[in-house]
Amino acid sequence: MAGGIKMPGEEKKQQKQEFWRWTESNWKNPDLDWNDAKIVTAGIDVGSVSSQAVIVTDGRIFAYSNMRTGSDSPESARNALNYALKGTGLPEDRIDYCIGTGYGRVNVPMADRSITEIACHARGAHFLYGPEVRTVLDVGGQDCKAIHCDGKGKVTDFLMNDKCAAGTGRGMEVFADLLSVPIIEVGDRSFDIEKEPEPVSSTCVVYAKTEATGLLRSGWKVNEVLAAYCSAMAERIYSLIERIGVEERFAITGGMAKNKGVIDRLMKIMNIEPMKTEWDTQIAGAAGAALFANTLVAKGKGRK
Amino acid sequence: MKANYGYKDGSGDYFITIDTDKCNGCRECVSACPYGVMGVGPDENDPFSDDEVAFVTEQERKKIKYTCGPCKPMKNRPPLPCVAACGPGAISHSW
Repeated sequence: MAGGIKMPGEEKKQQKQEFWRWTESNWKNPDLDWNDAKIVTAGIDVGSVSSQAVIVTDGRIFAYSNMRTGSDSPESARNALNYALKGTGLPEDRIDYCIGTGYGRVNVPMADRSITEIACHARGAHFLYGPEVRTVLDVGGQDCKAIHCDGKGKVTDFLMNDKCAAGTGRGMEVFADLLSVPIIEVGDRSFDIEKEPEPVSSTCVVYAKTEATGLLRSGWKVNEVLAAYCSAMAERIYSLIERIGVEERFAITGGMAKNKGVIDRLMKIMNIEPMKTEWDTQIAGAAGAALFANTLVAKGKGRK
Repeated sequence: MKANYGYKDGSGDYFITIDTDKCNGCRECVSACPYGVMGVGPDENDPFSDDEVAFVTEQERKKIKYTCGPCKPMKNRPPLPCVAACGPGAISHSW
């Protein structure tokens, strides 16, 4: 584990593989030059597991970064912003307005204001997926949100479950580690099975881990256990969406959108086709925050 | 906006729904609730609105099953104080 206690001689043996680890990334829009921009805004989403920074110039995404959240929220926000700005030549003091969002939003030192992740995710999904989106499902690191929005990306109904982390990103990371399957392979491997198994009876990460260990001992293959867990997570997520209902069209944001083991099974239960995007689904919250900042500055409300 | 505050855990679903389009920010629910579950302030999920609306306070959101428990006896349940106090009928409970 990162920063974990090193046992003597561990380095000599084998490097412990971190199966949960996903790739951090940053991106710069090659078509935009910040020198031409009238308004430059930033959105920083400090989540429980990942942090993103998105830079928006005149309402278009100029650059973004996606990193793991550390133990320190202000530092995670700082790292995400630095990583997004890296190589763009954009000086930080050129940013007109910065909005913090996510679980650690009150702890973003460079933010001029904070806005809830509910509002930001709706706004971000509206941008990433287009104005036809009416239902946004965000499966984050430790929570799950279902949001309805109108044609302008304004929230009309929402539900968030952040008390219980069952069926969320971190649960999947724990599982990947337990089964020694790299997190990016979980989706494909969960379909590499002969017959779809029954879902595990509990999505509670603690009990599911116990159950999975039991299944492995009784001779189940790793891929089958993965399938059973993905399937249980899909059912769990569905039970949350069911409470507010689904209005077409449907979009998924957050890290879990990249795990087809869960999402394909969820779509099968819901019997609908999700919207597609070229953007990184994890940046929705930060993109929404940066776009809100852009609107505030354009309206003249965002001057420091 | 229908704001659902609460959670789902192994024992069931516990959500208080506030219809912010109906809510007029009168604060009757805040004084009616004996346990401080309700609050009124700017709508944090609608950054461009200046209207004040009711919400479930941050510290109670994850324990309403227990905090609201005394108002929900098994038998002869009286009307919930928060729901009864709300003139526009903006508050509902899921359980």
